[in-house]
Amino acid sequence: MTQHVSPPRGSADKVPPASESFAWRGVFARADVRTLSLLGVLAVLILIGGITKPDEFLDTRNLQLVLTQASVIGVVTVGMTFVITSGGIDLSVGAIVALASVWATTVATQEYGFAGILFTAVIVGVGCGLVNGLLIAYGGMVPFIATLAMLASARGLALQITDGRTQIVSINSVLDLGERDAYVLGIPPLVLVFAVVTIIGWLVLNRTTFGRRTVAVGGNAEAARLAGIDVRRQRLYLYLLSGLCCGIAAFLLIILSGSGQNTNGNLYELDAIAAAIIGGTLLSGGRGTITGSVLGVLIFTTITNIFALNNLQSDVQQIAKGAIIVAAVLVQRRTASTT
Amino acid sequence: MPEHTSRFTSRRGLLFGTAAVGAGALLAGCTSNDSSDDEPAANDQPAAAESSGKPVTIGFAGPQADHGWLNAINDNAKNRAKKYSDVTLEITEGSNDTAQQIGQIETLINKKVDVLVVLPADGKALTQVGLKAMRAGIPVVNLDRIFNTPQAYRCWIGGDNYGMGLNAGHYIGEKLKGKSNAKVIELAGLDNLELTKQRTKGFDDALKNYPNVRKVARQAAEFTVESGQAKMAQLLQAQSSFDALWNHDDDQGVGALRAIDQAGRDDFLMVGGAGALSAFQAIKQDNGVLKATVLYPPTMAASAIDLARALGQSKGISGLSEFEIPASLTLYSAVVDKTNVDQYMSTGFK
Repeated sequence: MTQHVSPPRGSADKVPPASESFAWRGVFARADVRTLSLLGVLAVLILIGGITKPDEFLDTRNLQLVLTQASVIGVVTVGMTFVITSGGIDLSVGAIVALASVWATTVATQEYGFAGILFTAVIVGVGCGLVNGLLIAYGGMVPFIATLAMLASARGLALQITDGRTQIVSINSVLDLGERDAYVLGIPPLVLVFAVVTIIGWLVLNRTTFGRRTVAVGGNAEAARLAGIDVRRQRLYLYLLSGLCCGIAAFLLIILSGSGQNTNGNLYELDAIAAAIIGGTLLSGGRGTITGSVLGVLIFTTITNIFALNNLQSDVQQIAKGAIIVAAVLVQRRTASTT
Repeated sequence: MPEHTSRFTSRRGLLFGTAAVGAGALLAGCTSNDSSDDEPAANDQPAAAESSGKPVTIGFAGPQADHGWLNAINDNAKNRAKKYSDVTLEITEGSNDTAQQIGQIETLINKKVDVLVVLPADGKALTQVGLKAMRAGIPVVNLDRIFNTPQAYRCWIGGDNYGMGLNAGHYIGEKLKGKSNAKVIELAGLDNLELTKQRTKGFDDALKNYPNVRKVARQAAEFTVESGQAKMAQLLQAQSSFDALWNHDDDQGVGALRAIDQAGRDDFLMVGGAGALSAFQAIKQDNGVLKATVLYPPTMAASAIDLARALGQSKGISGLSEFEIPASLTLYSAVVDKTNVDQYMSTGFK
């Protein structure tokens, strides 16, 4: 146990001096200390990876690999961050990714080629988000229950469509996007999409009225309503947004795996929530950070990558992952409270 | 109601609504998966005794068919039963919920079917209901996932996980004969399952016979395409060169092959597991790394129907001297490669 805790603690010692060394420290708001501590955790992980497997870990291909693996869950996490910031939760993201990915890869959809697959994935995602949003915002259902119901139904529908079969994609224009030839300046297209979604997400949350409304609804819904915000409509839009992110993620997953399967997106809800919370988004709402969420995703993906490169087995991986989550949150707490 | 909808009858609302309905209609048409040849796992093998005899009602209860292999199990059972004019198949809606499956089997017992074929969602948890059926005088054919006690079934038929690993290991060992310092990696299935441990043990035991071969890495995926792609991509990054790969499951193999393709690697030999149609096709085409797959045959469900019919008619198995069917049948995990793939093509599942 202490072995796992010690490396991130090392980063706790490093981070405060690093932040103080900036003469323009005033630029950094309080929330950014969290971000810096996350960067510290990531730096320690990179150090561990670099020491244990220098040749395999510190390699352009490995960087491409880690970022690619982070893309699918990363896009989902951006949507999840908005929902959690508003005080809600979306347990259905994994199921929506599964449903969108199988709906978009049926024999009938594939007849419409690239556009058909992209369109179906996105529309199915948005459609599920719409149902979630209507149930929660206008049906008065608790987000936990409404999205849990969506989780069950969407998984069921995905199973019904596939009949348990793996639907292999035969559209070359889709498959080619996952190949090395499609890399733009060494950056995989999936990573580009992830980056664009992240940047848009950051701008929307931090620089628009929509973002400020989201934070306001999460901080105090009643106060937000009295301030003239249409809380219901805002909630509807947020679940739509999460659904949209799931649709995009489903398309990325189709490119990555070259197929659609009803088991896709297994436990994404937990991964996305964990990444957002580790990133510094408050589970109770009112505060959210896209940068933190993305760093949370990258920390998880890097951990998985280091474990696999060192050939650790599933049991050890799971134990260590749990310990690292706890350590990362503790480090973050400490740095946030001491500054 | 119409009074309140005035807000939504704006032009924007109308446009959006029409678009949504249109998209919905288009999407609904897109759930179809019918393709020209959707006849799965046809059974060309001869049935036990072709001539029809005493009518037998067979009750069949299996888990929810949430992936290709289990789906093939259901199809095999149904198609086999259809072949016999003297067999009526009572098939339940598959369920992964133990309580629900117990209920379904009890319903079949109450219906007084002649023989039961049960593929339990969880063998240990369903032992009691197996015992109950046997006590009620209904012989049980236990398919694949075994009950806790032999008292709960008349006959067990299933695959051989240890044998899968063993045969995969021997195939790879023979292929790498004469190659000094050969490196092998393993992409295992879900590590929570005992069967994964058995497959790995068989594989390791077989490799011990080949001193020149060494297993350098093992990662466990989750029997899904997505996990197969993710784990394989990491394995390829971890091992810059190796000679052979055994992947436990052809479903996750779809993802593994995708990762291999994406990494542009073709410097090794790959052996799969289970026997999916896509794997058979790749082996036949012989233009990639996948050269063979080790069977875990879903045709066992068809054989279970044969056994159940023989039980119901108090017959033995033709070709064996005994008057009774055996108490236990472990199927052989044959290696399918280019030389014999045509023979197995019809048993491949999607």
